[in-house]
Amino acid sequence: MRRIALLGMPNTGKSTFFNRLTGANARIGNWPGITVDLLSARILLGAEMVEIVDLPGLYDLHGFTEDEQVVRRFLLSNPVDLLCIILNATQIDQQLPLVLQLQRLGLKTLVVMNMADEAERLGIRFDTATLAAGLDCPVCLISAKYGRGFPEARKVLQQILSLNSPATTPAPRIDFAADEALVAAAEKLIARSVAIPRMLDFSLSERIDRFALHPVLGIPLFFFVLFLLFQGVYTLGGPLQDGVAWLLEQFRELILVHLHGVLPDWLYGLLVEGVYDGLGTVASFVPVIVLFFLGMALIEDSGYLPRIAFLMDALMARVGLDGRSFVMLLMGFGCNVPALMGTRVMRSRGLRLLSMLIIPFSLCSARLQVFVFLTTALFSPIQAPLVLFVLYTMSFLTALVTALLFKNRLSNSEPLLIELPPYRLPTFNQVLLRGWHEVHHFLSRATRFIVAGVVMIWLLTHLPTDVPAGSTETLAGMFGGWLEPVLRPIGIDQHMAVVLLFGFVAKEIVLGAMAVVYGLQGDALAQSMAQHMDWVQAFSFMLFTLVYTPCLSTVATLRSESKSTAFTGISIVWSLVLAWLLSFVFYQSARLLMG
Amino acid sequence: MELTRLSDLAIGQYGIIEEIEAEESFRWRLQALGFRIGREVRLIRQALFGGPLQVQVGSINVMLRRQDAASIQLRATG
Ligand SMILES: Nc1nc2c(ncn2[C@@H]2O[C@H](COP(=O)(O)OP(=O)(O)OP(=O)(O)O)[C@@H](O)[C@H]2O)c(=O)[nH]1
Ligand SMILES: [Mg+2]
Repeated sequence: MRRIALLGMPNTGKSTFFNRLTGANARIGNWPGITVDLLSARILLGAEMVEIVDLPGLYDLHGFTEDEQVVRRFLLSNPVDLLCIILNATQIDQQLPLVLQLQRLGLKTLVVMNMADEAERLGIRFDTATLAAGLDCPVCLISAKYGRGFPEARKVLQQILSLNSPATTPAPRIDFAADEALVAAAEKLIARSVAIPRMLDFSLSERIDRFALHPVLGIPLFFFVLFLLFQGVYTLGGPLQDGVAWLLEQFRELILVHLHGVLPDWLYGLLVEGVYDGLGTVASFVPVIVLFFLGMALIEDSGYLPRIAFLMDALMARVGLDGRSFVMLLMGFGCNVPALMGTRVMRSRGLRLLSMLIIPFSLCSARLQVFVFLTTALFSPIQAPLVLFVLYTMSFLTALVTALLFKNRLSNSEPLLIELPPYRLPTFNQVLLRGWHEVHHFLSRATRFIVAGVVMIWLLTHLPTDVPAGSTETLAGMFGGWLEPVLRPIGIDQHMAVVLLFGFVAKEIVLGAMAVVYGLQGDALAQSMAQHMDWVQAFSFMLFTLVYTPCLSTVATLRSESKSTAFTGISIVWSLVLAWLLSFVFYQSARLLMG
Repeated sequence: MELTRLSDLAIGQYGIIEEIEAEESFRWRLQALGFRIGREVRLIRQALFGGPLQVQVGSINVMLRRQDAASIQLRATG
């Protein structure tokens, strides 16, 4: 099979081009370093199957960060038929030296100048024929986001591949001494083939930055944007969630109950009261999660993330981190796993480990489901969003305190240099695709962990068969009993202890597990929860859930990214200790104060 | 002519890069983002509490920390 590799500087639109070419759904964002691992897809190009590989961005061939190593390893170990170099046409003067550097790898190349739409708006003009002659390879000017010039680029790809020549692996040695010469050559070529206006008009981004990066208002504005996001999710998501819950309830009442008596009792219990109720409770949160991710996609693609890094860097520097670590915390609001992988762009190991130590405290969307459920069940509609806000604040605080405590052991002096790209609006399609991606992600997690989790919980709460279901004599009751001495001081009863045990695997299971443990679903479950625990217990439970180990995938990622079992162990133990301490202090003082 | 550090530039002021004294890997990164001898840069703004600087170089806006910006020597041009 033929293979095409997409290569270029970070944030030039490689993944956008990849998606358009292959129909895949790679993650896109206006932040250098969204793609940190390779991703490949196969397409039919002409008469041939071709593998297209999307790679992390790289600034030059000198870098040794983990994401740049991914590119290096790929190039050195895989034969490539064509190197498709993508550059940002508006920054061609900065990026052309990299093109020349990459061409020296000795592979066949095609140069794709992306963001033609922005270049046109800025009044930059290209003489592609002269460029192509100077680079001795085909050059295309396209807009991967809006599709302009794309069909032609595709045709050129096909043409190059049809000229049969064997794939090659580049020679492992790269001649660094020639770099200065390359810069000079690039400048000469640009002078001949590109007309860049003397003054570039970035006035829109500049005007937005006057607010977004305002010395005093910048940070409050950021928190206001976050607040808007969560308020939006609450107000729009609430009714949608009720709707889905209602539908699932109807299906149960109208159809599933008739299986009672048809199926053996135990099987009915397992399938309906276990799997269906458990999964249904989790599924009713899908709209909330999708909405949340649509909002996140908007923020990620807007170009606000690098600005947040700018605003937060001074604070993060005090705790031994930098602005990028804060952005990864934010990304962790979606899911901790990609946020952990996002630290690959950091060069210093100390900085990377310290960032990875704090990311698991970031309140991810799975935990958000649990908290939305419990706050709605136990607090008034006015209090609920406030409680959620407190939990988000706690998430930041635990992260910062952890960094402060460990910063001397994991110190670094890494210089920070990030591009602040122009503000961009994602297309409607991009946002929709992202929403779909999250539904897909959820469904795959559901089938893997959540079903298995709720089945396990159902079995634990119903075995052995000769004792009353859900009683202290069941297996679940016994586990709960063992954990009781530890969990009683923080106000967590036996039932919830089992739930927490399973929360290790994934926080979605926590919701499903509550449904199974109480044998209820939807509103009935919420009411029953409110009877079983008061708000102090509920808050203590939420604090614990927020702080202790997020899920097994996070643990696995911590291990694979840090390549250190000891570090992974410290991360788990520390989060458990901190979770318990916080819940203990909160629960005991609340009880003391309220008598 | 006197040289100034990028970190000492006044907000809104321009300068031409004369010298970069950073450690090697940072110098490569600077170069890749357009910080090369003879290029014009402009200090756009600085974050509060000694936070990072926003600098425009060519058509790119970047942020970098004050102590890292000190490694870039300029001839201020107004
Ligand atoms: N205006 C415009 N924006 C584009 C175009 N192509 C991509 N973008 C935007 O550029 C940003 C970066 O796109 P990505 O596809 O994530 O870039 P990448 O090269 O994969 O970035 P990394 O994975 O971080 O290296 C996103 O905000 C895209 O929406 C284009 O043709 N025109
Ligand atoms: Mg990408």
